[in-house]
Amino acid sequence: MDILIFYVCAVAIIAGAFGVVLSHNPVHSALFLLMTLVSVAVLFLQLDAALVAAIQVVVYASAIVVLFVFVITLLGVDKHETFEEPSLFQRPVAIVLGVLMFLQIVLLAGHHWVTGAHSTRGKLAGVRTGNVTTLAKSLFTDFVWAFEITAVLLVIAVVGGVALARRSGQRAGSHPGQGSES
Amino acid sequence: MIAVANVTPTYYLVLGAALFTIGGVGLLVRRNTLVMFMCIELMLNAANLTFVTYAKALNDVSGQVIVFFTLVVAAAEVAVGLAIIVAIFRRRQDVTADDVNALEG
Repeated sequence: MDILIFYVCAVAIIAGAFGVVLSHNPVHSALFLLMTLVSVAVLFLQLDAALVAAIQVVVYASAIVVLFVFVITLLGVDKHETFEEPSLFQRPVAIVLGVLMFLQIVLLAGHHWVTGAHSTRGKLAGVRTGNVTTLAKSLFTDFVWAFEITAVLLVIAVVGGVALARRSGQRAGSHPGQGSES
Repeated sequence: MIAVANVTPTYYLVLGAALFTIGGVGLLVRRNTLVMFMCIELMLNAANLTFVTYAKALNDVSGQVIVFFTLVVAAAEVAVGLAIIVAIFRRRQDVTADDVNALEG
């Protein structure tokens, strides 16, 4: 059963990833991305990461994909993109580099790396009970500084997004901290 | 039924490698900045999958905690990146990466 779920999800993930790269229409790319993200969430469930799977669906599959689709509708689907490469070498070199990178990671990816001390930050509980408590304890004790820094990062991102998305020339000069050009 | 094998962590790691590679190649070959962003999301997801796999293999919860931080970084990156794309679009009416080749203000 496990292996069946794995193969179904793996096929969906790879197909979705190829769909993202090969779709001419960005909306189709966004939908293929959604398929990949949801399949990854299913694999997270398989790996005893129920909370991470839920957050994957809520944050990635909902918020981020909706943001993508929203920006696509705002900008209009870009029909100008041709698949003809202006540079002759870029595509073959990219594919060769990609294959090399894949082989390299596969050589490195293996069970034999699982050598460290087990359960230093808390055990994963079984699927039935979940591991929200252990996760929260680890997040708010061992990783509390990283947690605070991510809070700062999010505030910076929000301020930056608002500053960038302001229409140019709108109330220029009323904010001295911002360049007059933007 | 074919031979029923157990799903070892290596399966997940190879899947993560494949996902990362497809995202990376897509980032290099596509010209639409929105699709390039989606490829970056694919690569981040491959990294998340690897983290969760190692968390399971080592029976340690910290791998899953790291995934939270990756998610936060991805969300922040998407917010700022899409704002940049919208700003570029306002100026040039196009979001193709090749057209944005001048650094003039």
